Amino acid sequence: MAANNAPGLVARILDSDVYASFRSTKIVMVAAFIVLLMFIGALFAPWLAPFNPFDPATVFLADASIPPRWQDGGDPRFIFGTDDQGRDLYSAILYGLRVSLIVGGLGVLLAAAIGITLGLLAGYIGGKVDSIIMRVADVQLTFPAILIALLIDGVVHALFKGSSREDTAIPVLVISIGLSFWVQYARTIRGSTMVEKNKDYVHAARLVGLTAPVIMVRHVLPNVIGPVLVILTINLGLAIITEATLSFLGVGLPATQPSLGTLISIGNKYLFSGDWWIVTFPGATLAIIVLAVNLLGDWLRDALNPKLR
Amino acid sequence: MLAFVIRRVLQSVAVMLAVAMIAFVMFRFVGDPINQMVGVDTPQEEVARLRASLGLNDPAPVQFGRFIWNALHFEFGTSYQFRLPVTQLLAERAPATLELAFTAAGFALLVGVIMGVYCALRRDSVLAQVFQAVSLVGVSLPTFLIGILLIYLFAVILGWLPSNGRGDVVALGGWWTTGFLTKSGLRALILPAITLGLFQMTLIMRLVRSEMMEVMRTDYIKFAKARGLTTRAIHFGHALKNTLIPVITIAGLQLGSIIAFAIITETVFNWPGMGLLFLKAVQNVDIPIMAAYLMLIGLLFVMINLLVDLAYGFVDPRLRVAMRA
Amino acid sequence: MTQAPVISVRNLVVEFATRRGILRAIDGVSFDIMPGEVLGVVGESGAGKSVTGSAIIGLIEPPGRIAGGEILLHGKRIDNLPAEEMRRIRGRKIAMIFQDPLTSLNPLYRVGEQLIETIQTHTDLSASAARARAIDLLAEVGIPAPERRIDGYPHEFSGGMRQRVVIALALSAEPDFIVADEPTTALDVSVQAQIIQLIKKLCRERGTAVMLVTHDMGVIAETADRVAVMYAGRVAEIGPVRDVVKHPLHPYAKGLMGAIPTLEAEAERLVQIPGSMPRLTNIPKGCAFNPRCERVMDRCRIERPEPSDPKGDLSSGAAIMPGHRVACHLYDGGAK
Repeated sequence: MAANNAPGLVARILDSDVYASFRSTKIVMVAAFIVLLMFIGALFAPWLAPFNPFDPATVFLADASIPPRWQDGGDPRFIFGTDDQGRDLYSAILYGLRVSLIVGGLGVLLAAAIGITLGLLAGYIGGKVDSIIMRVADVQLTFPAILIALLIDGVVHALFKGSSREDTAIPVLVISIGLSFWVQYARTIRGSTMVEKNKDYVHAARLVGLTAPVIMVRHVLPNVIGPVLVILTINLGLAIITEATLSFLGVGLPATQPSLGTLISIGNKYLFSGDWWIVTFPGATLAIIVLAVNLLGDWLRDALNPKLR
Repeated sequence: MLAFVIRRVLQSVAVMLAVAMIAFVMFRFVGDPINQMVGVDTPQEEVARLRASLGLNDPAPVQFGRFIWNALHFEFGTSYQFRLPVTQLLAERAPATLELAFTAAGFALLVGVIMGVYCALRRDSVLAQVFQAVSLVGVSLPTFLIGILLIYLFAVILGWLPSNGRGDVVALGGWWTTGFLTKSGLRALILPAITLGLFQMTLIMRLVRSEMMEVMRTDYIKFAKARGLTTRAIHFGHALKNTLIPVITIAGLQLGSIIAFAIITETVFNWPGMGLLFLKAVQNVDIPIMAAYLMLIGLLFVMINLLVDLAYGFVDPRLRVAMRA
Repeated sequence: MTQAPVISVRNLVVEFATRRGILRAIDGVSFDIMPGEVLGVVGESGAGKSVTGSAIIGLIEPPGRIAGGEILLHGKRIDNLPAEEMRRIRGRKIAMIFQDPLTSLNPLYRVGEQLIETIQTHTDLSASAARARAIDLLAEVGIPAPERRIDGYPHEFSGGMRQRVVIALALSAEPDFIVADEPTTALDVSVQAQIIQLIKKLCRERGTAVMLVTHDMGVIAETADRVAVMYAGRVAEIGPVRDVVKHPLHPYAKGLMGAIPTLEAEAERLVQIPGSMPRLTNIPKGCAFNPRCERVMDRCRIERPEPSDPKGDLSSGAAIMPGHRVACHLYDGGAK
């Protein structure tokens, strides 16, 4: 279909085992579609959302706790109803998704950056550097990420007592997630770097007189980066959960700048008063995005690793 | 063997020292103990005297040594929020957390192994597919969302089970309180235990499933089949035993996570345990509690890791040789 | 002397369903094995030797399945038996020895436990009687101090000793037929001969028939009574072992025997067979060997040869013994 004789990139992708397994697993296609949809929703939230939940001028307390449109007492302006402060829930979810994905995505990228750097250093240099980095990794791995994130969060807030939570919330969360999830990248990269550094092309690069940083970044890195994609995908789901959990626990994003976790935390307070929608819609959104991302990650891992099948 | 044990114990001590160092840095430098003990109007001389009496002017290594010494005597200072010794606060709440954690762990192990074995042996059956789907949902749903879901279903809509607190507790021997002995205590335990155990249960189920499927492909299972052993003997004699050794190891390691994850469950269910205390400490920057909790969890993890490693070490030579091929 | 065969394989077809379509791993294989006889099966890996063995013992796992033909044990069909009946035959009538003794034994059970379990599955012996029998078996396969070694774990045995234990396990219910799938490949060269001698001796004493799967022609020449050469899921040539080794007919068998006698100048020179066995996904039409064959004819590319008694030009002029059959158009009595 794409090219006739010389198979182009598109044709090669279409003929690959990965693509075949993608096509054969309907649920994965659905998951990919959902993830795409949610990313678009988050990216274009300012244009897709009917209200700006961060703008106090458009939020009226008189509109508080209105049920979804199809229920008695619903208001046609608010498809999923409103929360306790009169914010349109649909808009809040879109903006919340945006915050969750930004925090999760940046957190995972930071974790990958830290992990890849330390993994390359440990694998390429070896010796003392290697044993110190891997010892730290071992110790950290014994603690669950959520606990580490909580501790980092607590410490950072203690250090910056002056600044308000609003300003520091996102950077603190990203740092907490980044520092909690780097170990897996470091271990993977270290392992493959140790294999690669003994190959001829690295010896050749060294003979030519390239410096260690150049060899690591330009020559070794491209050859060991493959598995990172899988870890990134699997960790994105975890990072979103971690952010939501921290926000739910009240140490993440504040109510003025809600992520999905914050919205759920707000809704949880109104569960017993019968305002079920405030918790249900953000909760369902969170569950669906994480499930879809996890499905993709699981599938990617299996598809790229035929041994596991 | 003895060398292995000694090396492993020394490693554990080293890890514990590293954790203590972090806790000490938090305790001493992140939250200045003085600021919390004095008011704005306390005269400077008074502050300086207090500082000296607490040894805060000593060199850092000396202070670290004193911190360790105190920690060995379960002495972690006074909570900023409660004005009570941290040790007392933690000790009061430990039974609630431990009972919850062990119930959850038991539930996770029992149900997880049964479901995992079923999924491995009947991998194409409808029920196995359902279990698989449930497990994926279980891994994907955040713990707090599961808790909210269960509360909404069983406490709000159906009104069957309580959603809050521990129920009535009975004091045992003056230092332990248990919810196991009263009806309301047991009822209150159900939802939190399921919430806390669900994630580990799906984890164990997936682990047992993949591990057992792996074992079923090994030569010794093929050979057992070729010898005409009954299906039951192969599945539950040979395959299960070989599956459970790594599973028990990992499940043991998960016990520590369960206690740490109890923070979330305790928040959702307002369960009066150490996790809730820790969370309040994080929210209110109550450094002594944070430091003590970190030490406690660190000790727990190190102990569990050590025990599992030692247990594995005893089994290992046998496995190491046999599995190598 | 005419005996009834222990095992008869008739036109066996085994297929594997894969994403790229159905693969025929075995395509119309037939042979008989007489009581006490050792049939060697040789061929490259992927030729279908092991799959044939697995099919006989009824252990083809999905996505594979027996798609045609039949397998007879003492004249009774066994390939279509219900799973439970087939299980009773496994171990008792047909046993199997695997390639790697290191992985064939469950590392967590004592050798004795595994033996006693097998014995008790197939007999009514009491636990103590089964244990006594297990000790006898270990002694019989040449394990020193069996009454002590019976309580050892597999990892406490060397590779050769473990393969002896595996043989004891296979023999524990006195089967009539044993499939030995590369039983010496994973062992040290020095141990290989001992194990082969042991299998040969025990089977002669008990009248047990053996299907010996291997790619080692030396082992076949030393051990087997008859040999079947397999190529791409089919039997290319089958016959008494000396005859096949000395006078191979099929061009592939000639290549396999290491030297092809030619009338040209370079006689008796080691010859490599050019190319490699086709993948199961694209087995050529006609004779599967035709792309690699030096003496390929037009017919070979169209018509598939069936195993039959050779006729016509036998080139070497040697006498061909009865029962020596070959699937090659060169030997069908001249061009039609």
